[in-house]
This record gives sequence, structure tokens and C-alpha cells, in this order.
Amino acid sequence: MSKNTYQAGVKDYAKTYWTPDYIPLDTDLLAVFKVVPQAGVPREEAAAAVAAESSTGTWTTVWTDLLTDLEYYKGRAYRIEPVPGDANAFYAFIAYPLDLFEEGSVVNVLTSLVGNVFGFKAVRSLRLEDLRFPLAYVKTCGGPPNGIQMERDRLNKYGRALLGCTIKPKLGLSAKNYGRAVYECLRGGLDFTKDDENVNSQPFMRWQHRFEFVMEAVKKAEAETGERKGHYLNVTAPTPEEMYKRAEFAKQLGAPIIMHDFLTAGFTANTGLANWCRENGMLLHIHRAMHAVIDRNPMHGIHFRVLTKCLRLSGGDHLHSGTVVGKLEGDREATLGWVDLMREPFVPENRKRGIFFDQDWGAMPGVMPVASGGIHVWHMPALTAIFGDDACFQFGGGTLGHPWGNAAGAHANRVALEACVEARNQGRQVEREGREILSEAAKHSPELAIAMEVWKEIKFDFDVVDKLDVSR
Amino acid sequence: MAEILAYKPTERRGETFSYLPPMTPERLRKQVAYLIAQGWNPAIEHTEPEKSFSNFWYLWKLPFFGEKSVERVMQELEACHRANPGHHVRLIGYDNYAQSQGTAFIVYRAPMR
Repeated sequence: MSKNTYQAGVKDYAKTYWTPDYIPLDTDLLAVFKVVPQAGVPREEAAAAVAAESSTGTWTTVWTDLLTDLEYYKGRAYRIEPVPGDANAFYAFIAYPLDLFEEGSVVNVLTSLVGNVFGFKAVRSLRLEDLRFPLAYVKTCGGPPNGIQMERDRLNKYGRALLGCTIKPKLGLSAKNYGRAVYECLRGGLDFTKDDENVNSQPFMRWQHRFEFVMEAVKKAEAETGERKGHYLNVTAPTPEEMYKRAEFAKQLGAPIIMHDFLTAGFTANTGLANWCRENGMLLHIHRAMHAVIDRNPMHGIHFRVLTKCLRLSGGDHLHSGTVVGKLEGDREATLGWVDLMREPFVPENRKRGIFFDQDWGAMPGVMPVASGGIHVWHMPALTAIFGDDACFQFGGGTLGHPWGNAAGAHANRVALEACVEARNQGRQVEREGREILSEAAKHSPELAIAMEVWKEIKFDFDVVDKLDVSR
Repeated sequence: MAEILAYKPTERRGETFSYLPPMTPERLRKQVAYLIAQGWNPAIEHTEPEKSFSNFWYLWKLPFFGEKSVERVMQELEACHRANPGHHVRLIGYDNYAQSQGTAFIVYRAPMR
């Protein structure tokens, strides 16, 4: 029975939403925000304001508050921590009751958690650093349509990473010329080729034409090599109706995999497409255009690990992860953190990798991380050591830029990968011995030898000592 | 820049390790040892080359559950090959936790057709 009486006016958020004694429930959805409050706003008040504005609160008391049990529905700021090395910012931990969110809807979760609150005046900046989805919520989401294990079984690829290549130039090729580039890559030894994200259905190459020529290339390469091949046909479209039309046509042509841009197209479209893929036996490659707009600023926005979790719930079999290679140590640790979030069934809290909460995925399938961008044969030892087998390495320039063409470029990458895997399995330190391993393999492959010659200018300067800490 | 080497008409391949020179017994032993060290269960399959695109090859006996001897696996590969001389023979490592294959590669490549 309510003991409250109605009093109009504004009261401090902290009175209602700052609950330091609260012990989160296993069913709560937990969030951690990096908050920089406006000058003069106490941390507890700012944290409570974020909790309020992202759950049940509004700026003033309203009489209808008393018609429900807000104690049950409110978000609670339950912990504050300093941000190392930043006196202005702090971490606010907030627990939300499960019933605030529609089942199976990352759309609804994000609308609440990163909605109005991000424009809220009491905070100068706000970043959603991590989320803990309770297992009870995870079980309401479809997740990846196939997952890593099903993808391997469908494509008959075991014991090594997969190899791909984005076809370039990304804009301007005719459908038939584009299909030629695909065919050369696949017959040379790649598993996949990929539409660039910008390729949808422009005047120079309409989607039907691309799909037809590309699938002829895929099927011919499969017949000749005896291996399974695929091309990520980009079905990202202006409307969901058009997206499904393209997906249906891809299926009709026998394509094993299609592709979608989950942020520009939106989570509603993505979740629908993932469901379609599950029902139609189709693999789903996910591109992440626009992610840097959202996740790059360290003080404001959404961290990529949150986007990763949302994508795994919404559904996708591949997701671009970054390559790690050549980036800073912190980036490497952070990347390994979200790679775990893509692939593993349970990811424990690990602050060194930026993971604030234990995350239990239950039986939800894993997402294959895709390492793409600026990589070539010399990076293969490091990629093998860092990512292991459950990843897709995409060499765009590193295939198409080969002096003898796409097929030779593809062949060089395939030889390099298999040589690294064989060496790793033999117990060799593939990063430390990368040069020897590749040089030995190149004796049997002029395609690899010339590729190593062409890209030798790009320094092979991986920090082996640091690398070993993260090798598995 | 060296003269461009024309890429040959496409050859039949057989997935993992099929772009490397055929395994010598010494190299093969190391891969078998790795498979066993991963805790996977060795198994052997074979097929006529013209049927190799199927998921389902002939299973040689049963998977060798719990087999820890590299030599025993080598002997079974050899026995399968001798009994089916015109066939591809591949080695599989069944990963019962992932409910998938940790690895699979062709050990004896018959002439590809």
C-alpha cells in the first residue's frame, strides 16, 4: 500500500534514484556510463539523473507517478567509481529492472539507455561504456542466425581462419567486370569475397545484375576448386521491403551468405533480416559503417563493445572487429575484449580489456570476428596468433594489389595462412618466427614470394614480447 | 618488376593445407600430435574424388575416441588408404565441446577429378 502523497514540484534525483545500498539482481540489466557532470552538480546527483532520465523519471513530479509502483520500475544508480587519469569524469553504475524492456528488442533497450539522457543538460558528456544483459533477456533474443560452428559446417572449413577480400574499386565497376574480380579471387584460394558497404544498387551496377554475375563466379570457382565459396551480397537497402526482396533473390540464386550494414540500416531492419536468415538457411555478414561516429570519442557516445553485444543479440554471423595489428597496446586489449564478446559463451569481468561485467550468453551462438583493413601477407603470423582460427581475415589491397592479379594474390594469402597454421600446430612461435615461416612457404609458391617482395617495405615491426601475453 | 606469371587453370583443392606441398610422414605426425593434444577425437573419412563435394564421406571404422597414440592414427590412415587406393583420405579432429570439427584435412589426395 502506498504511503506517498502527491507533492508537485522538482526534487533532487538522488533522493529517488541514488541507491548505494542496492544489490543488483541477476535479472537486472546493468549499465556503466562515463559521466562528466556540469560544474557544481554532485556525482551522486548526476548519476541519479542519468538513472532517472534513462528509466522512469522526468524533470518534475507528476501525479500519475502515484498510480504505479515506481520503486519497482525505476533504474537505480548503485555505484560510482573514479575514471583512472581523469578527475572530471566518473563511472556511474545503473541497474534497470528487466520489465522496463520489451523482450527481444535491442531497439527498445537502446531507446531507453541512449535516448534523451544523452542530451540532458545536467551532464556535459556521457558515454555508455558497457552493458550487462541478464541471461533472462539474452534468451528472448534470436542472436546470430547460424553462428561460428554452423558456418564451419555449412562451408566445410575447419582448423583455420577464413579468408576474404573486399572487391575494389568500391564504386564504378560494371556487374560483369565486378564478377570477374570475384571469380579471380575465389579460384585463387579465398573462401569469400565481399561487396563494399557503399555498393547497394547504384546506376553503374544495379543489384540484380551484380547478384547474377557474382553468383556465376562463385559457382564456377566452387566447381573448379572443389571447395565451398561465397560472396557477401550486400542487401542493405533504402527500405525493409527492398532489403527482403534482395535477400530472396540471393537465396534464389543459391548464395550462401548475404551482408548488411547494421547501424546505418538500423537495428529493426537488422533483427528482421537476421530472423529471415535463420529461417532461410543464410549466413549473415555484418558491416559497421557509422560505428566510429558513435564509438570513437572517448568521452561521449557508445563504446564499440556495447554495439558488439547489441549486434550479437540482434543477429549476425560475422562482425568487423578491427585488425589489432599495428595499433596501440590499449587498443589491442580492448579489441580482444570485444572479440571475446563476439565468440565466447561466457565473458568474465576484465577491466584490463574494458569489460565491466560478467556476461553470460547462455547457448547463443557466437559471431565470427572479421579483421579487415590494411593487412597483407606479412601480417598473417600475427593475425593467426592473435585471432586464432575462429575469425575471417579480409585482404582487400592485400589480394587485389598483387602484381600478378587477384588469383595470384588470393593464392599467396592462402599459402601464407596455411603455413602459419601448420607452424602453430607444430608448436612454433608464429609471430617470432613469422619471417622464416613465410620464407619457407614461399619456396613452394612464387605467388607468395612476389607478394612478400612487394609489401616488404611495410615494416614487420610487431612487438613480440607484448604480443606473447595475448597469444593463445 | 618481374615478368607477370600467368595463373594456371584452376586446380582441384581440398580445403585446409591443400595449398601446401603434400604432407610428409614427419609433418603429418606433428599435425596428428597437435590434434590429440587439443583433446579432439581422431577420425578418418574417405571418398571417391568425384563425390568429394558432399558433406558425408565414408567413415573409416568409427572415430578413435580417446586415442592418444600418434602411431596408431598413422597406421589407420595408412590402412584406410591401402584399402581404398583411389580415394581421398582425410583426418578429422572431432571437438565434442564445440560439437564440431576442430580440424579436418586431406592426408592422401587421389588424383582430382
